[in-house]
Amino acid sequence: MNESTTTALLYLNGVSVSFDGFRALNNLSFSVEPGEMRAIIGPNGAGKTTMMDVVTGKTRPDGGDVFFEGRHDLSKLDETQIATLGIGRKFQKPTVFEMHTVEDNLLLALKNDRRPRATMRWRETDDERDRIDRILGTIRLAPLRDRPAGSLAHGQKQWLEIGMLLAQEPKLLLVDEPVAGMTDAETRQTAELLKEINRDKTIIVVEHDMTFVRELGVKVICLHEGSAIAEGTIDQVSSNERVIEVYLGR
Amino acid sequence: MMTGPILRILGRSGVLFLSAVIAVALIVPFCNLVFPPSSPLHVPTYLVALWGKYICYAILALSIDLIWGYCGILSLGHGAFFALGGYAMGMYLMRQIGTRGVYGNPILPDFMVFLNWPELPIYWYGFQHFPYALLMIVAVPGLLAFVFGWFAFRSRVTGVYLSIITQALTFALLLGFFRNNFGFGGNNGLTDFKDILGFNVQAQGTRAALFAISCIALAIGFIICRALVTSKFGKVLVAIRDAEARTRFLGYRAESYKLFVFTLSACMAGIAGALYVPQVGIINPSEFSPANSIEAVIWVAVGGRGTLTGAVVGAILVNYAKTFFTSGTLVPYWIMGGCVVIALAGLSWQRLQTLYGAAAGAALAAGITQINYVGPIGSFVLAGLFILVAMGRGWHALPVGAIFGALAFGFLSTPLATLGLAPFWLFALGGLFVAVTLLLPRGVVGTLEQWWTEWQEAAAAKQLAKPDAAQPMTSGEPSPRPAE
Repeated sequence: MNESTTTALLYLNGVSVSFDGFRALNNLSFSVEPGEMRAIIGPNGAGKTTMMDVVTGKTRPDGGDVFFEGRHDLSKLDETQIATLGIGRKFQKPTVFEMHTVEDNLLLALKNDRRPRATMRWRETDDERDRIDRILGTIRLAPLRDRPAGSLAHGQKQWLEIGMLLAQEPKLLLVDEPVAGMTDAETRQTAELLKEINRDKTIIVVEHDMTFVRELGVKVICLHEGSAIAEGTIDQVSSNERVIEVYLGR
Repeated sequence: MMTGPILRILGRSGVLFLSAVIAVALIVPFCNLVFPPSSPLHVPTYLVALWGKYICYAILALSIDLIWGYCGILSLGHGAFFALGGYAMGMYLMRQIGTRGVYGNPILPDFMVFLNWPELPIYWYGFQHFPYALLMIVAVPGLLAFVFGWFAFRSRVTGVYLSIITQALTFALLLGFFRNNFGFGGNNGLTDFKDILGFNVQAQGTRAALFAISCIALAIGFIICRALVTSKFGKVLVAIRDAEARTRFLGYRAESYKLFVFTLSACMAGIAGALYVPQVGIINPSEFSPANSIEAVIWVAVGGRGTLTGAVVGAILVNYAKTFFTSGTLVPYWIMGGCVVIALAGLSWQRLQTLYGAAAGAALAAGITQINYVGPIGSFVLAGLFILVAMGRGWHALPVGAIFGALAFGFLSTPLATLGLAPFWLFALGGLFVAVTLLLPRGVVGTLEQWWTEWQEAAAAKQLAKPDAAQPMTSGEPSPRPAE
């Protein structure tokens, strides 16, 4: 592909990945425009997490194009380089730094020079303190700022991880099952939060929870056996014959 | 003023620790040099050299704690960097001997004359100059660590695999340095040193000075490590230790961080080795032996990894015990026996299963010694087997009981007259490691720190509870909620 032939922020074309003969992704193509929020659904083993792994550089695709901002070939970069380009990821299982305090978790995520030399000389600035305070407010963890992240409840860890994602100030957020294990109230709050973030950032959400996806009210892609089988609004997708077949079994 | 930030970095425990090191650095040489041997305040020269050795080990332990405790890199080959620094210093000391060697050759060290080498190998050039040797003491271990780390961390070798290849590294060096044609004195290594910077290595004053310099090196190493781990850099290290993949997805290049601390740690180990050699008077390939590196890891585990001060305390404690054990006195035998009995009683109080385990262990040990007199070694081996079997079944109290039972039996059944304790040092060390891992996973200093914070929190809670009823809290900060 040549320089900037697409306006899409993220562009996947014909991406395939196989592990020991198992095709986790099979000729997957889709693109996400800047400012969009996109939900990806699909049954277990549909390739959702593998797709995230490919975009964030954890897994190299066997074939196909993965482009960010139309010029960065993500299939040639590693996790660190991709994160520096501005793609943040929240994992399915909340992974925070358990020994660090909530505040330090955010500090580590805060957009800043990541090189060893810079972190050695680092001194806290008022601006950084403000940014951390603001994020703590958004994710409602301000009273717990000095607590080790390991002692947080499951839902709080999910929120902390979303907060870390915000602190990174990425252009594209990949969010893997953000409401897994959350109560209904927390799920609703999370949907609100994602919509708020979406005002100035592009988001891809992978989710099982159909009510949550409905709450988001965004364009949906359904994956099955590594390829996209349906694309459209949640109502269009959930009335699609193929999708019903895949979800309910044949 | 620079003191403000330095004090903040060190914290209270750091200041306390540094004051202790500086006090030792002043008092020990002072008592050695000023008071006559008849005075009760006199510190004998042999003790100065012995404690100097411990201090060098403490620097090595500090370097291991930096990478293991804070970055999760378990190097089982750190003795290699220590030995390389030691060899660099040894080479300088060899070149200082000059014509005073047995063969009186002004250039060639004795072993080269003995092997009929016509001239000095190129890699020995320059070592007669102290600044050059000093450079090599830091550069050789540092370069090796850099190259090794470059490949290992780039290909994301972590955990047990990294430990194994570091072990292989030191073993390869051991084999190499044993060879005569390697050019470092083969089996015998480098010894018979005369002068360092023009001072007699054996002289009382030189030994006292070397001791003080070792303490200063320890203090500087401590400050550097402390500054690193309390900075944001240190937070990244801990993040890498706990969740390396997550750190990468945040955009940190984990391998650069690891490479930096690993290289720094190797340089520190090299300096420790260089200070060690003039104080013990010899460096030979056995310093590369994997067992040495593993022992150093045990020091850190005993003292408490991830504490820095713990590494130093552990190194001194374990080495002091080693000296005590191998010194020929029976005192450690009684101490150990007493500890075994007390520990057994304490553990049985907590869980009765321990007592059953102890009975089983003692019975098995007794059985073996009755069938064929193997003495305490048999009971140790048997206890070890028992642990492995019981561990596989997930009974924790039982194996601990068994090891103590077997130890108690060995202790009670050994005829004192035939006893030499030296052969049992490695068993004691192994037992110590097992005991620390099972009973004291945070190590000595780590556990003390935990008690201290718990005690302080309890005290703070009490303080808070009293005036709370009378007046509302002054700060706007609400007290932390309990975990949900």
